[in-house]
Amino acid sequence: MAKMTKEEVIEVAHLARLAITDEEAVHFADQLEAITNAMELLNELDTENVEPTTHVLPLVNVMREDKSIEGLPREMVMKNVKEHEGGQVRVPTILD
Amino acid sequence: MKLADKTAKELQELLHSKELTITDLTKATFERMKELDPKVDAFLALNEEQATKQAAEMDQTEAGERGPLFGLPIGVKDNIVTEGLETTASSLILKGFNPIYNATVVDKLREAGMIIVGKLNMDEFAMGSSNENSYYKNTKNPWNLETVPGGSSGGSAAAVAAGEVPFSLGSDTGGSIRQPAAFCGVVGMKPTYGRVSRFGLIAYASSFDQIGPITRTVKDNALLLNAISGHDEKDSTSANVDVPDFTAALTGDIQGLRIGVPKEYFAEGVSEASKQAVKDALKVLEEKGATWEEISLPHSKYALSTYYILASSEASSNLSRFDGIRYGYRTEKAGSLLEFYMNTRSEGFGDEVKRRIMLGTYALSSGYYDAYYKKAQKVRTLIKQDFDKAFENFDVIVGPTTPTPAFKIGEIIDDPLTMYANDILTIPVNLAGVPAISVPCGFESGLPLGLQIIGNYFDEETVYRVADAFEQATEFHKEIPQTWEGAAQ
Repeated sequence: MAKMTKEEVIEVAHLARLAITDEEAVHFADQLEAITNAMELLNELDTENVEPTTHVLPLVNVMREDKSIEGLPREMVMKNVKEHEGGQVRVPTILD
Repeated sequence: MKLADKTAKELQELLHSKELTITDLTKATFERMKELDPKVDAFLALNEEQATKQAAEMDQTEAGERGPLFGLPIGVKDNIVTEGLETTASSLILKGFNPIYNATVVDKLREAGMIIVGKLNMDEFAMGSSNENSYYKNTKNPWNLETVPGGSSGGSAAAVAAGEVPFSLGSDTGGSIRQPAAFCGVVGMKPTYGRVSRFGLIAYASSFDQIGPITRTVKDNALLLNAISGHDEKDSTSANVDVPDFTAALTGDIQGLRIGVPKEYFAEGVSEASKQAVKDALKVLEEKGATWEEISLPHSKYALSTYYILASSEASSNLSRFDGIRYGYRTEKAGSLLEFYMNTRSEGFGDEVKRRIMLGTYALSSGYYDAYYKKAQKVRTLIKQDFDKAFENFDVIVGPTTPTPAFKIGEIIDDPLTMYANDILTIPVNLAGVPAISVPCGFESGLPLGLQIIGNYFDEETVYRVADAFEQATEFHKEIPQTWEGAAQ
């Protein structure tokens, strides 16, 4: 049975870009440990010679003609942006 | 005049005879919603102004130009984008989000002349089985306001069960149409993966998600699936296959039909009443000329783990787009860009969404990928093969939709594994991608039970034919919850 530590949860949360408190990390560690342990049931099965399924339908790549098509008008695209200026989206400082 | 219990055909007859205008029907629908929804809490954003305007315009259309759904009201699950009408997927992170285009299914509803009256509550990002994961409100089960309506399309099922609307759209990733339909005593169809375009459906787990109709009768359900099906160049996973007229399949004739009944669907945890209701249903189908046999879908018990690994993995990727930059909730507390992302997301997402994002991130991270994600993809193959084999000898597979009827609000919300087990009988269907319907088949302690009918790929017609034959032979779909009594019609 895999043990899920608080530190592991903090690491995973960081990868997922989620800020969590120590207290939350302990809570999630218990729950995620229970869930991942339940999932180890799959180890009962020998899948050595089984192909993985990514999609149930036989899909093929869909190609289109290589020509430009008009995008959405800028004012539409900006409609849901909380902070913007001169047609550009405002974000926090990226470089010091 | 009572409108709330009318079928599409009956409403069309009233409109056709000029006893009723589309404007009257729309007005009556909003009156009923305003009276009942404070109790049921199924709706989020309402579309009254637009709907009223649309109704007045549509009243001008000649009878000969009207289709079978023309002028009829519908509610849409809040993870389906509607231009100009707030769409949140019941998450704080999309509060105030005003879509700039319609989902393909929404355009199709408009083409059919349907009037969207509002958006329906759900578990946040369709993750949940009780609607308790909505940021905005807890939807109640119209049969007992202390119990959950199921989820994640709980608002969609509750609104139809309460007679607020005759039609709604839901989405089903692991049972999210069928489980709430069973809990609320209505008809819910998850079509074959690829039957309906997902363009404009806010993605949870893209290889499972499928939009489908929720209604009070099988015929109405088939009518609505007619309207929303078909290949869409904007969704390259939508299947380029012919769309039959699903209502033509409702012949009532199931003579010679071969039914497989998986023994695994009657295992521990499935209530006696639920088992008995399915046995009784099989007798009804036998009387109409069908035969049934016990079969085995041997990998059923692995479906739950397989699903939670794969769906959470897909979710962790799909939900990475919610960063507060271009739309949705934005944190007030951020120095750097990294803090901005992390605070926006942790403030904007609820606990269940965080749990699944972290589970998926973990399952996809280096060192664990083969043990979890790849393993689960392989087991998915085995589960799909179980169904392929069964359909070599049987036309449909029948069992209960859920192990038990609806549970009380608050009862299991802090126990994720018990909550996940609600979907144990619906999840295998999504892993295989085949179609399945839930129809009302009985009651336990005054709460509805659902019969699940599973079909082969793109054979919704047989599923509908069996469901309709059962409905014609039984009275369960005519039962109405107490919330109806004395309500505006």
